Amino acid sequence: MKHKKYQKLLINVIIAVLIYALVMMAIQFGWIGRQFLSMIVPVCTNVMLAVSLCLIVGFLGELTLGHAAFMSVGAYSGALVTLNVPLPSWLALALGLVIGGVTAALAGVIIGVPVLRLRGDYLAIVTLGFGEIIKSIFNTLGITGGAGGLSGIPMLTTYRNFTLVFILMLIVIVVVANLVNSRQGRAICAIRDNYIAAEAAGIKISKYKVMAFVISAFFAGVAGVIYAHNISILKPGNFDYNQSIEFLVMVVLGGMGSIRGSIIAAVILTLLPEVLRGVADYRMLVYSIVLIAMMLFNNSALKAKLVARKNMRKSTEVSKEA
Amino acid sequence: MDLLINIVEQLINGLRTGSIYALIALGYTMVYGIAKMINFAHGDIIMVGAYSLYVFYGILGLPAVAAVLLSVVVCVVLGVVIEKVAYKPLRNAQPLAVLITAIGVSFLLQNLALLIFKATPIPFGSIIKVPSVQIAGIHISGITIVTLVVTTISMIALTLFINRTKAGRAMRAVSEDKGAAELMGISVNGTISLTFAIGSALAAIAGLLFICQYESLQPTLGALPGIKAFVAAVLGGIGSVPGAMLGGIILGIIESLSKAYISTQLSDAIVFGVLVIVLLVKPSGLLGKIRIEKV
Amino acid sequence: MALLEVRNLGISFGGLRAVDSLDMSIEKGQLYGLIGPNGAGKTTVFNLLTGVYRPTEGIIRLDGENIVGKKTVEINKAGIARTFQNIRLFKNMTVLDNVKAGLHNHYKYNLLTGILRLPAYRRVEKAMDEHAMELLGVFGLDGEAKNMAANLPYGKQRKLEIARALATDPKLLLLDEPAAGMNPNETEELMETIRFVREKFEMTILLIEHDMKLVSGICEALTVLNFGTVLAQGNTSEVLGDPKVVKAYLGE
Repeated sequence: MKHKKYQKLLINVIIAVLIYALVMMAIQFGWIGRQFLSMIVPVCTNVMLAVSLCLIVGFLGELTLGHAAFMSVGAYSGALVTLNVPLPSWLALALGLVIGGVTAALAGVIIGVPVLRLRGDYLAIVTLGFGEIIKSIFNTLGITGGAGGLSGIPMLTTYRNFTLVFILMLIVIVVVANLVNSRQGRAICAIRDNYIAAEAAGIKISKYKVMAFVISAFFAGVAGVIYAHNISILKPGNFDYNQSIEFLVMVVLGGMGSIRGSIIAAVILTLLPEVLRGVADYRMLVYSIVLIAMMLFNNSALKAKLVARKNMRKSTEVSKEA
Repeated sequence: MDLLINIVEQLINGLRTGSIYALIALGYTMVYGIAKMINFAHGDIIMVGAYSLYVFYGILGLPAVAAVLLSVVVCVVLGVVIEKVAYKPLRNAQPLAVLITAIGVSFLLQNLALLIFKATPIPFGSIIKVPSVQIAGIHISGITIVTLVVTTISMIALTLFINRTKAGRAMRAVSEDKGAAELMGISVNGTISLTFAIGSALAAIAGLLFICQYESLQPTLGALPGIKAFVAAVLGGIGSVPGAMLGGIILGIIESLSKAYISTQLSDAIVFGVLVIVLLVKPSGLLGKIRIEKV
Repeated sequence: MALLEVRNLGISFGGLRAVDSLDMSIEKGQLYGLIGPNGAGKTTVFNLLTGVYRPTEGIIRLDGENIVGKKTVEINKAGIARTFQNIRLFKNMTVLDNVKAGLHNHYKYNLLTGILRLPAYRRVEKAMDEHAMELLGVFGLDGEAKNMAANLPYGKQRKLEIARALATDPKLLLLDEPAAGMNPNETEELMETIRFVREKFEMTILLIEHDMKLVSGICEALTVLNFGTVLAQGNTSEVLGDPKVVKAYLGE
């Protein structure tokens, strides 16, 4: 059993190194065109956003429609730091990343108040409302440039700084994966599966719900900072409801509760519109169909049959081993 | 005196918008009462109703009455089909799955409209041609009068239907206890379809009134009134029919007053603020019942 | 002093008196049964004991300490664990993780230790694994440790729920209809398990049950509830011989 664990870890490390090396070479030797170069960082930020959202939707089992709002809080505050703090650029960026993450986490604490008292449908609507409130605040606030937004944000996290972005992405993935497999993560999953039983087993629901929201918001904020320093312009409209839904689609398509699935879905869904240019108009339409189809399939007799077959195969394997 | 007149006019404006919210909120509340789900796509039915009217009246040139009736029919059929295709297979699934599906449907409708009619707003002249009146110096527009009359009639009709007819009784029975209702020989599927049909019809009427007021069509036009109507339903107590009516009107007035006297830009934020406060202070809403989960 | 001391406990839902002036005391190490017809208020008593409902009046003392008004989580920490009438497992977690979730408050490390996989993480997790496997062994579930809880057959799910409750290291274990849905053989086996748990963990157990064979077979004392009030109370054979109890169960 131990042996298997290390083997898995080793495979993951090899995959990460290979991907990193491949992308670096592609950048160095000019294997890919401008269009794809500009996609490298968005792929990474979307992976971060999908994985962090997966913590709430997949593991805590609550639906939030305000993930883009957390991202926007991080993006704006991080950008304000690098725009206004007279420090060497890399130091300003480091500070921006921390502050972006922390302010987003604070937003997570604020949303945590209703999170403690609400579940399911109500919570989803409140997070949606929260996203709209944040958007209208950015729209009216002077310091964020109102509807015109912020521009001239130093481009510190473009594909030229891929190493930094890649490391940050790995940190998000590793932290979420480790969290899920820890005592705290077990509590979070227990709340998802049956909050009444979790409470009866001595698990403090409020603590772990807020913990999941705050950690998720923190990483969404960090991703937002990277996003801001990649495209250099921020507008409140960039972070609307549709954006939150896109992240949700990634998590759902990834199989809800699978970090690996969320990563793969995030990569594919970010690159797809670039690969299939002509389909761009239909992108959102396809997303909506994907959402419906995935849910219908997950709850269909077909899926139940497939799972039963897989279980059967597994059990025969086990009995063979024995 | 001027200020007083101004306030009264704002209140009437609020009443008009609020009664439209109330019509939409009724759909949320009825569906929630019976299917125990929030139909996220309900707001987009409004949009479909508005575009249908545009197609039937503006493009095909049908007479106004026929166009209105056809638009309502389109929405009713759509509402029932959505329930059958997307929600019915999930009746025993986890709430999260149902919610995500409903969001998917909402997204689908918006994007279909976007593909067919494009994102550019389409101007659309009101089909209501009733002259405005002046009472004691207070100006009341024709649309306001029609809106108030139509919504009042709709609400009275709905109340009578729920309380006085056999189908209405079946609806109340299903919302109390699905299993027991089925044992009593009530068709649960039929009742749920009927609920979606009525909810969609009310949303269609709301959509028509809405479009006559704003005179411009956009694929996302249903989203905001939809969400606000949801807020209204929660405010009144979700699952409660009189609650939805009351919640809608209160919300309309809050919105109208905050637009006039606080800030137009922040009025949406204020509406959501109301939602958050209501949910935190009295999650069951003004007229709602508290649900206790069986342990 | 009794381990559990209930005095004049009552709760009303609107006009309905679900439980009325209940007195009950359970000695340490006792196997106590709470019986009565459907709707008599038995599960409501469990919900009052575990803080799901707050009593309208009355006192609940666990080991001398009044626990009325405490939250479910605190009451669990104080030493009451329970199972549910309609099984409530963490279905999408493994059998092992279900028990480890029960161990939550007894093996601790902070968030950072878990995220950074510090040595304490491995040490504590290993200890948890061992403890959990031991508990699973008691119920013959150690072979299923890596399976999803949802995939267990019904009888094993009931057992897993008891194992999870025991993992929280309670002083008092509440079992809500543990034999519901079991065939006579399984019930027989369950009786053995309950006796074994009592011996091995020196546990005090309060159980709700309809299966009279189980009740008369293992319970030392009983309280019979009817319409929320105590119909009879005392040691098992006396209570079951009481004509009032027979009448409540069999009718006139």
